[in-house]
Amino acid sequence: MILYLGRRLLAAAGILLAVCAITFTIFYLLPSDPAVAACGKTCSPERVAEVKVAMGLDKPVWEQFATYLTGIFAGRDYGSGPSATHCGFPCLGYSYEYSLPVWNLLTDRLPVSVSLAVGASVLWLVLGLGAGVTSALRKGGATDRTLMVLSVGAASLPVYFTSIMLIWGVVRTAGLLPYPAYHAFTENPFTWASNLLLPWIALALLYAAMYARQSRNSMIEAMAEPYIRTARAKGLPPRTVTVKHGLRSGMTPILTIFGMDLGGLLAGAVITESIFGLPGVGRLFYDALVRSDQPVILGVTLLAAAFIVAANLLVDLLYAYVDPRVRY
Amino acid sequence: MAPLLEVEDLKVAFDTPRGTVRAVDGISFSVEAGRTLGLVGESGSGKSVTSLAVMGLHRGAAVTGSIRLHGQELNGLGEKELGTVRGRRAAMIFQDPLSSLHPFYTVGEQIAEHYRVHFKANRKAGRARAVEMLAEVGIPEPARRVDEYPHQFSGGMRQRVMIAMALACEPDLLIADEPTTALDVTVQAQILDLIARIQQERGLGVVMITHDLGVVARVAHEVLVMYGGRAAEQAPVDRLFAQPAHPYTRGLLDSLPRLDDTDDAPLRAIPGSPPSLIAPAPGCSFAPRCARTTAASAEEHARCLAERPVLGPLAPGHQAACHLPLVPEGVL
Amino acid sequence: MSTTTTPVGAAPARTGRGPWRLVWDQLWAKGAARFGLVTVALLVLLAALAGPLSDLGGWSPEEFDKRAIDPYLGGLPIGDFGGVGTRHWLGVEPATGRDLFARVLHGGQVSLLIAFTATAVVVVTGTLTGIAAGYFGGRTDAVLSRLMDLTMSFPSLIFMISMMSVAKDVNRVVLMTLVIGLFGWPGIARVVRGQTLSLKHREYVEAAKVGGARSWRILSREILPNVSGPIIAYTTLLVPGMIATEAALSYLGVGVRPPTPSWGQMIAESISFYETDPTYFLIPTAFLFLAVLAFTLLGDALRDILDPRGGRS
Repeated sequence: MILYLGRRLLAAAGILLAVCAITFTIFYLLPSDPAVAACGKTCSPERVAEVKVAMGLDKPVWEQFATYLTGIFAGRDYGSGPSATHCGFPCLGYSYEYSLPVWNLLTDRLPVSVSLAVGASVLWLVLGLGAGVTSALRKGGATDRTLMVLSVGAASLPVYFTSIMLIWGVVRTAGLLPYPAYHAFTENPFTWASNLLLPWIALALLYAAMYARQSRNSMIEAMAEPYIRTARAKGLPPRTVTVKHGLRSGMTPILTIFGMDLGGLLAGAVITESIFGLPGVGRLFYDALVRSDQPVILGVTLLAAAFIVAANLLVDLLYAYVDPRVRY
Repeated sequence: MAPLLEVEDLKVAFDTPRGTVRAVDGISFSVEAGRTLGLVGESGSGKSVTSLAVMGLHRGAAVTGSIRLHGQELNGLGEKELGTVRGRRAAMIFQDPLSSLHPFYTVGEQIAEHYRVHFKANRKAGRARAVEMLAEVGIPEPARRVDEYPHQFSGGMRQRVMIAMALACEPDLLIADEPTTALDVTVQAQILDLIARIQQERGLGVVMITHDLGVVARVAHEVLVMYGGRAAEQAPVDRLFAQPAHPYTRGLLDSLPRLDDTDDAPLRAIPGSPPSLIAPAPGCSFAPRCARTTAASAEEHARCLAERPVLGPLAPGHQAACHLPLVPEGVL
Repeated sequence: MSTTTTPVGAAPARTGRGPWRLVWDQLWAKGAARFGLVTVALLVLLAALAGPLSDLGGWSPEEFDKRAIDPYLGGLPIGDFGGVGTRHWLGVEPATGRDLFARVLHGGQVSLLIAFTATAVVVVTGTLTGIAAGYFGGRTDAVLSRLMDLTMSFPSLIFMISMMSVAKDVNRVVLMTLVIGLFGWPGIARVVRGQTLSLKHREYVEAAKVGGARSWRILSREILPNVSGPIIAYTTLLVPGMIATEAALSYLGVGVRPPTPSWGQMIAESISFYETDPTYFLIPTAFLFLAVLAFTLLGDALRDILDPRGGRS
């Protein structure tokens, strides 16, 4: 078990390093000029050259990458002399736009994105798996058909449309909820939840629809397994057959998808956060796009990769726990 | 004494987009305690569907006819009432023990879970029962292996686990659906011997479903040969092997390789393919493949194609559904 | 249904176009699939004929019509429902008065073109790597499988956005196709790899090998035809995701750049008008919704028919 964990952690670190290197290379290779972006459009060529040196952009790519990597673990200084700014561990770069290390920006915004992702995922798991399993057990019936028509429809709606319709219907027309703003959970859990409710619904609707379809298929497959027939032949109560024998194997494949989805969302739901004006990582990313704030773009990308790799690792460990056939 | 299991005029039909499949079309048989009925036929003959229907495990199929266990009618019972019969009074084992056992639960849990339900036993008693059953089916170190998972067992050992599971609640009837098909030949013999031993010890009634006449010869007392969802021939096992009356049974026997065959003698397969179960021909369903029909006079040939044969007695306990049965001279 | 006496599971008597004819029959028999098929055909036709159809409507997509908007109302279209009428069939854009009918068709052309090419990139790459990994096994399989894991570890949407945003002076449509395609291939590669693995040891493949056939010949003659069913089903199910991704990228302003229209880009421009000029917002949204829906329904039905393991038993 320890050995397996160590091996998996090592593999995860390797993947992160590779993602990091590839991201860095692509950013370096693509025609763009971070120095101009950092300095501003009115910069003189001399000033741009100075900024280039200050940012270390005059060095070859591998050296820049090495500096970036060591910076993550040991911190680094941007610029030199009295104007130098220190960027401590873990230094993911320095945003000239905000005059702050990227890491600080990310940690500031992370609670919003995590609140959004976690709340929405609870909602979509309940809705999606509930609908999917119900459908699977009533396969071919009216309930099944209704639920599946609804899910295909909901899965085809773009999230910006759902968001706008929720704002229009609930906030503007009915006035049931305030326009979403972020309040920390620790401040007041109720305000926290009521403000996040609409973004949760907007995100959850899309994912619930996809999960309903996935879990229906997976559950139907599980219920068609020969071991379900065995369980019925043993005279177990139908509930036991469905829940103990069907559900556990039917829901296992969902674990993988859920890990990927949650991991991806933790680092920011770009569109949802922008439409609802939530100051999360996604919003930070969107703003960075508009302002070409490359250190932030790179930082968010790496953060997202880290979340996905971590989620995958967690899912693999859970798998080993759920399915005894998986060897450590 | 009334037989343990009595099946009368059983019909099972499925609706498919292509039409209604009459998988079983009027089968009757009975099994007595301590006896084994061999249900033989090629794939698609309806033998497995018959066994599933007896247990009420068919899904979305229309079942008519009578299935009586200890005189109690099972056809038409709801899932809940069937729950008190399944596993408790009638148990079933399947062809592929790996996929028929749940991969996520220990064999002990799977042997004991319905024991706990049927006997209202607690976990500890259930576990003790599982160890006891594993020992009875000849699994070494049962107290240790009870906590292992199905994938940690070999094919033969897994089928032993299935048998232990089926017999945990002391049923009176065991339905074995091709229990040895997925196993090596030597392991096959061990499993068949195990079933036979337990049957003798407990006086079990057994329905052995197989396509393998070798298995039938080894364990069955009576044999029912099925073809295209109907009974082709029924006889005590010795009689069937010695004097098959239905050309199909004869074909099956002929297609077995024999020890006295010369090395280069070809296997004698039955030509043609199984009949359609959606739109069965009006006459004998075996007629298109039957050498005797082809060789018969025009009148008899027409009869085979037009009139469906019913089971008719040939000798005590021996019946065949054939217009042109193979009857040894001097019998009639 | 059919009243022929063909035994269950037997091949139909018709050969040649037989199996595809059967797929078509099954597809047409399902209401949802029929709806998907017709809608897809219609949308593709509309997009393909965007030029001639806009000419028929009388407006090109980038032509301003100052007479269709009211300068005193902040440039909102004149007339009900965003200016829908005989002059502009689907109304006009606020502020510019550009014809929405022409724009939504041309936008569809761009959206579908990107979605189809990206799908093609994904399917070709995914199939090739999947077959190679499954058939050659060993080191090839190990390397390719690692590569699949690695690609799947990328936060694809965020990564696509960052790549699109840092790249300045390149052909947006080509770049977008490649970027979307880059992250899509591992899914199909895994499906194909699994199928190839199970086919590799079938008798007829072994027979071909014993018969001295070269790898290339075995792959193209024996393996590829037998994995084509799942590939086709999977391909159809990829398209809606591609359409949605293109729309999301263009919506965020890193995809297709104005004045070139695409559905996502049109929605992004119209979203602030959702209350004042709902028609403007709803038209591209409806097209996007229909396209995603129709491809999903069609793909679902095809998967049920061609790859029965994926959901139907």
